[in-house]
Amino acid sequence: MVQFFQQLINGLSLGSIYALIALGYTMVYGIIKLINFAHGDIYMIGAYVGFIISTKFNLGFFPSLIGAMIFCAILGILIETIAYKPLRNATRITALITAIGVSYFLEATTQQVMSTTPRSFPALLPAGGIKIYGVGISYQQIIMLFITVVLMLALQFVVNKTKVGRAMRAVSVDSDAAKLMGVDVNKTISFTFAIGSALAGAAGVMVGIYYNSINPLMGLIPGLKAFIAAVFGGIGIIPGAMLGGVLIGIIETLVSGYWSSLYRDAVVYVVLIVILVVKPAGLLGKNVKEKV
Amino acid sequence: MLKINDLNVHYGVIHALKGISIEVNEGEIVSLIGANGAGKTTLLHAISGLIKSSSGNIVFNGEDITKKSARDIVILGLTQVPEGRRIFSGMSVEENLLMGAFLRKDKAEIQKDLENVYSKFPRLKERLKQQAQTLSGGEQQMLAMGRALMAKPKILLLDEPSMGLSPLLVKEIFNIIQEINRQGTTILLVEQNAKMALAIANRAYVIETGNIVLSGSGKELADSEEVKKAYLGG
Repeated sequence: MVQFFQQLINGLSLGSIYALIALGYTMVYGIIKLINFAHGDIYMIGAYVGFIISTKFNLGFFPSLIGAMIFCAILGILIETIAYKPLRNATRITALITAIGVSYFLEATTQQVMSTTPRSFPALLPAGGIKIYGVGISYQQIIMLFITVVLMLALQFVVNKTKVGRAMRAVSVDSDAAKLMGVDVNKTISFTFAIGSALAGAAGVMVGIYYNSINPLMGLIPGLKAFIAAVFGGIGIIPGAMLGGVLIGIIETLVSGYWSSLYRDAVVYVVLIVILVVKPAGLLGKNVKEKV
Repeated sequence: MLKINDLNVHYGVIHALKGISIEVNEGEIVSLIGANGAGKTTLLHAISGLIKSSSGNIVFNGEDITKKSARDIVILGLTQVPEGRRIFSGMSVEENLLMGAFLRKDKAEIQKDLENVYSKFPRLKERLKQQAQTLSGGEQQMLAMGRALMAKPKILLLDEPSMGLSPLLVKEIFNIIQEINRQGTTILLVEQNAKMALAIANRAYVIETGNIVLSGSGKELADSEEVKKAYLGG
């Protein structure tokens, strides 16, 4: 039982990271129906920005975290403006391929600027932890979970209770109708990219600390997993991304803990396939009827 | 108040509007009738800035709005209730209404206008917290109209408000349109339901394949043989 709860805690920590990245995927998909494959690389860049702030400027955890979030938010806006906005009326596949191009561009640029060798991330959070009935929780995990929850609550507040959040939802439902209300659709899309990218940046810094190693290709696998998490929960649905991320994290650690880490990914994909067969729109997705 | 001069719109190679000129004076209800595909919705989209016109101009209260963004046009006081309602599903009735007031900052005034909308559409008030997509077709039309009124428009463009509604509801909707007009909002109404649209119009235009083919007072057109034959079923 102790081992089960231990794995659950570990899974929750990992899953909260997937969830943070998945939110960006799902928000961008929700608003412009684009799978932004460069999103995992924004997470990687967030880790590097945190690394630079903490090593070159000798600043602590919060400045690194917030610096990475701001940098990634701006990067997200730039990517959207330069790469995706000109393709707003192009076919979806064109934008998708562009996203893959942006992904390679970010990876290659980071490899050029920061070199391909992995860097060790400074320990910005206190070591050690606490034990509850034999289940160990490190301070790092506690802080990661806490920050993830705070960020998600903040996101829910922005999306559901503010004017800009209403605009985001309106644009994702019907962008022309939103225009008729006077919503600046381009600005709203930029804002969505900014928020999604900031969340990925935060995830990058926290993963850097958690695994204490970063490299320019570190965004690939978590990016893919987070995308799966978003599909899992129902792409375009914000609580779905949170749920999907946490579930994938927990499944992965349970499979690694009780069976073998070799089967970890296989099980995740099997579960994904089963969910998509049973509920094609994802766990929280509603079947959208085509309107005639 | 609204003057459209020789407006042309192309969709690729298709010439959708072929030199349309119409005028709406302050305080009027002007109806634009025509069959499916005649260009009615295209014209409203061009006025609202959703599509670009290839030539001609649109002047609203003395200002050329042909090249203005949809947002600026709403700011100037021109709001559209689009065809098919286009309410925001996944949002509550109240949130939909607030979307209509998106560009306004005067909280107290917005509250007052909400009350105003509730008094026009009491059924919306009963369903404030309900998700908009769960409303019936008639209620959705009321929501779309209420939402547009929340922008405090000087002129309201209505695109086929009667579409898909029972005759009784159509009557109710048209009564409300007249009420909105009496309270000082100019109306440009686009309809396939020619009979109702002509009955409440001060003036009307008939559009056919991108051209205005007839114009006159609502009564003149309702009595005209051509209109009777083509739009009023003999």
